[in-house]
Order: sequence, then C-alpha cells, then structure tokens
Amino acid sequence: MSVTANETGSIERQIPDRLKSPAQRFLASWELLLLGVAVAVFTLNSFASPYFLDAWNLSDATYNFTEKAMIAFAMALLIISGEIDLSVASIIALASTAMGFAVQMGADTSVLILVGVGVGLLCGAFNGVLVTGLGLPSIVVTIGTMSLFRGISYIVLGDKAYTGYPSSFAFFGQGYVWWAVSFEFVLFVLFAIFFAIVLHRTSFGRLVYAIGNNPVGALFSGIQVARVKFVLFLLTGAMSGVAAICLTSRLGATRPSIAFGWELEVVTMVVLGGVSILGGAGSIPGVVIAAFVMGMVTFGFGLLNVPGIVMSIFIGLLLIAVIALPRIARQVLARRRG
Amino acid sequence: MTWSGWKSREVILAGAIILLVGMIASRFPAFIAPSNLANVFNDTSPLIILALGQMVVIVTRCIDLSVAANLALTGMVVAMLNTAMPDLPVPVILAIAIGLGSLMGLINGLLVWKLSIPPIVVTLGTMTIYRGIIFLISGGEWINAHEMSDAFKAFPRETILGLPLLSWIAILVVLAFVVLVGRTALGRAFFAVGGNPHAAVYTGINVGQTQCAAYVISGALAGLTGYLWVARYAVAYVDIAGGFELEVVAACVIGGISIAGGIGSVGGALLGALFLGIVKNALPVINISPFWQLAISGSAIIIAVAFNATSSRSKGRVILKKAEHAT
Repeated sequence: MSVTANETGSIERQIPDRLKSPAQRFLASWELLLLGVAVAVFTLNSFASPYFLDAWNLSDATYNFTEKAMIAFAMALLIISGEIDLSVASIIALASTAMGFAVQMGADTSVLILVGVGVGLLCGAFNGVLVTGLGLPSIVVTIGTMSLFRGISYIVLGDKAYTGYPSSFAFFGQGYVWWAVSFEFVLFVLFAIFFAIVLHRTSFGRLVYAIGNNPVGALFSGIQVARVKFVLFLLTGAMSGVAAICLTSRLGATRPSIAFGWELEVVTMVVLGGVSILGGAGSIPGVVIAAFVMGMVTFGFGLLNVPGIVMSIFIGLLLIAVIALPRIARQVLARRRG
Repeated sequence: MTWSGWKSREVILAGAIILLVGMIASRFPAFIAPSNLANVFNDTSPLIILALGQMVVIVTRCIDLSVAANLALTGMVVAMLNTAMPDLPVPVILAIAIGLGSLMGLINGLLVWKLSIPPIVVTLGTMTIYRGIIFLISGGEWINAHEMSDAFKAFPRETILGLPLLSWIAILVVLAFVVLVGRTALGRAFFAVGGNPHAAVYTGINVGQTQCAAYVISGALAGLTGYLWVARYAVAYVDIAGGFELEVVAACVIGGISIAGGIGSVGGALLGALFLGIVKNALPVINISPFWQLAISGSAIIIAVAFNATSSRSKGRVILKKAEHAT
C-alpha cells in the first residue's frame, strides 16, 4: 500500500531477543483485548434487551456479519501482504447483476453459483493484473475498479432490479443447516478455518507475512511477490463472489446499489481485528472476533431501536479508538520511563 | 521527477479535455456556447475546490476520505444556524463554515500527527463519525429551501461579471493555491514531506505538523464548500454529497497527483476536476444515460493511473522491476 503512516513516526518493528511463551503472548495480545470487548458487548446486549438471548434472534444477528466477514478473511491476507482492495462491494454488485442476468437467460441454481464465483474471480484477476502486472498502487486501482464494476451494474440495470431467482437458490442466504444454525453461518465458520489454516499453517501464509513485512527482502529471498499478490487478489474476488451469492439469495433481488459502502465495513472489520493497515501483521482469529463484535454491536443497537447511522458513529469511533488507545498507552509509558 | 515531466502530463490532459469538448461540440454545438461552458464550470466548482485541498493532502503522502462528510456536516450546521437565526449575515456564516471545517480537518491532522495512525484509517473513521453526527444533530430531518433565509441561498448565485459567485470563489481558491504551492515555504514543505520524509526531517521540516496543516487546509475548504453546496441546492440532509470523496480523489488521480506522495500540481488537480465535470455534464447532452457516468469515471481513473505510471516509471529502480517480473 502506498499510503503509509508518518514515516518518521514511532512505527518501528522491534525484534525481541527472546520470545515470550505462547501463554504470555496471548495474555498481551490484541485478540484477547478484542475478546474482552466482545464479551462486554454481548453482556451489555443481554441486559439491554430481553429479546437478545434468543437462539433465533442470535441466529438472525449473524447475518449482520457473515457475508462481510467472508470477504474480510481474504481482505486480511491482502492487507497483510501490503495491498488493499476497495472494490469488493462493487464486485458484489457486478456478480449479483451477472447472476440476475443469467436468471433472465434461464440459468438454474448451479449455473448461478458458477456465474457468481466466476465474475468474482474475473474482477479479482482484473485488479490483480493492474496491480501486479503494471505495478500500479492498489488503493488507486481499486478506487477506479470500484466505480467501474458498480458502474457496469448501473449501465445494465439502471433503476430497475432483477428478481425471479429460482426457489432452490434461496437456500444459500435463507436456509438452515440444523435448528437455528444458518447455512451462511456454517459457510462463515468453514471459511474462517480455511483461511486460518492458509495464513497460519501453510508456507503460502508465511510468504504473505514475508511480503508484507519487507517486499524487497521477500523479492530477494526468491519469493514470487507478484504471483502471491495476484493469487490474493483472485481470492478476494472469489470471496466477494461467494458473498454476492449469499447476499443475493438472502435479498432475492439485485439492484445496482446492492452492498453499497460495504468495502469500508470490511476494511474496518479487518483493521479492528488487529491486522496492520501497513501490512505484515495480523491474524484470522482476530478478524473472526472483530466480525462478532461488529455484528453484535449492530444487532444490539438494532434491538434498542438505535438507527443504523448512529451505529456507524460507534463503528468509526471503535476503529480509531482501538488503534489510538494502544499508541497513547505506549507514549505515556515511554514518557514515564524516559 | 522533473518539472517538465509533469508539465507535459498536464498538457496531455488539457489536450484530452479539448478533444473531448471538441467531439461533443461537433455533434452538439450548443455545448460550447459560452453560457453553457460557464454553467459547466460553475457546476464543477465544488469539485475543483475540494480537489485542490485533497491535492496537498495526497502530496504529503496522506489521504482525506472525510471531505464529503465534513462538507455535509458543515452544511447542515450552517443551515440549522440559519433557520435558528435568519438574520446572521453571510460573512459570519462563511467564517463559521470555514472554522468548523478546519476544526474537523485539525482532528484528522492531529490523529495522523500525534498518534501516527495511518491516514486512511483515520479518515475512514472520521468519515463515518462526521456523517453520523449530522444525523444526531438533525434527527434525520431535512432542511428545505423555505426554511432558509433568502440572503443565505442567494450568496453563491450572486453574479459578478456574468459569473456566479460560486465560480469566482473556485477561481480565487485556484489562484490562492498557485501562490501557496509555488510561492510559500509551506507549499514547498508539502512536496518535501511527500517526496522524502526522512530528508525533510533533516532539512528542519516537521513532517507531522506539515501533514496536519494539509488536513486543516483540506478541512477548511470542505467547510467552505459545505455552505456553498447547501446554499446552492437549497437543501440540507444527512446524505448530501454521499460518496463525493471518491470523486475528489478521482479528480486528483486523473490530474496526475501521485498517491505515493510528492508529485502533483495545482493545474493537474484543476484539469482532473474539469475532466470529470465535463463528462458529467456532457452525458445528458449527448443522450447517454447518466447511469454510464460511474463506469466512465472509473475507467478514467484506471487509464489515468496506468498512463501516469508508465510515463513516470522511475529509472532508479529498473533492476528491481525486472527482477519482479522475471518468473
């Protein structure tokens, strides 16, 4: 990412002489802090509204974050590698429009899935080629494709909407696997496990961290930086396609304004999850907890009849506070020691 | 990057704009009637003002995604002030708008300077916060034309020498920026900070402070535009200028301002904004559905950034680039 923090600021990577034990590291970790916030939000919610602790209500609440979180997992990898994709919400719009078009052509559910994921992959490949092939800054490229992809949806649809999705297609966004456990939630859990394994347990995951920490060093270590980043753009596009399938199925209609503004919520979720916007650090468990926090806050406020825009103030404050507070604490500590 | 390098880029952009206008005019001569061109310029004025503020922010390696929310919040505040106190003279309202806008810019700047939070995160956050505050203070209500005083609404439409005051303000801001960027120490500091922050420190420039100053300028202009916007359209509500921040960034990118910092010019920002403004105003004239506009500006951004990158690929890093592409 080319928009970096104050370069002469206090962001330095310190490498300790000896690593602390895993338990100690966990106690001082971002994930634990976030888990505390999640528990607090959950507890407050259950006090705030008697309707909160209902299995079906909680199940409904998960829809607030499952689709966004699926994209956030792939976005986390992309941001850790030092790039960003602001076009994800527009990929949803384009993939959804393509699926709607396919329905008009008489496609059945299995074809719709292929169209959704396929368009996502194509969009991801387009971003990837521009960023890795031409060496353009990803933030500008994806601001451009953000307008382009959604713009194509507007050209196709204008002020109209596609409806008439087959009834079997409704399962992806409205179906339940077992009792109150929705299909989307199961998909969310499966993708969380998949991305956690990819990032934390495979050599590919190590490459992602290596590239994010030092792209030039990674290049000189023989890592195919461009290829890894291209794969990450493909992954993010594909996950946006999957989210488009779920969202379209849940809403049962496609308008060009579908998922408007989601890119910011996805990025917020990733950053809240402890992923460094400068790249090189972050974890999937953090993003999972952040997804729960954001979903529960939104849902709790909803139960209290707080309008959505007030929730967004809270999300904005949360985003700045979670990054600012540790820095303020560090500055205060440094002053005391100094 | 030499002066001549980015001067020629502006010449190419200006050529593209003239070509565009020429093509439209060949089919629809009414488009280049002076009165229509003046209309187009007036319509693009808010974008020009904001693009210039965004330019100095981007040149210092930051980004300000909160400009549209700042504009909307300031617009709502002055509109509410006007309904509460219809006798408040316009200069006072202007001062309040600029002051409030600067304050919001200052908040962005301090977060970036004092806490070293990445600019994109700061302004992503303040964007939603400022937008949310509009809802809090207005309760989601609209303020309509009949609630605003006549003097409040008339100010941006006042015509001097055939041009509305809104256009004159945009011209004034452009001239002020020519002086600021080309003739003041602060203007040089913006480029020094963006070009090489480490070197800037050694020349005695406070990097964070300079970035903060850029945010205050961007915020002040957003505040100013907030009043002009609300007065011109005679309506204030939560979602005014929604998504406008991306159009502003797009104008800068098309104008050849490098998102990596250190490169950019007043002329570039002006031409980038004019390009988008002309496209927007030409679509209905040449009978293309306005739904095309988003895709066209998206394509323009991608083409502009690809063009800028290929024409300015730095020679110092050729070895690295080759290594990167060798598979």
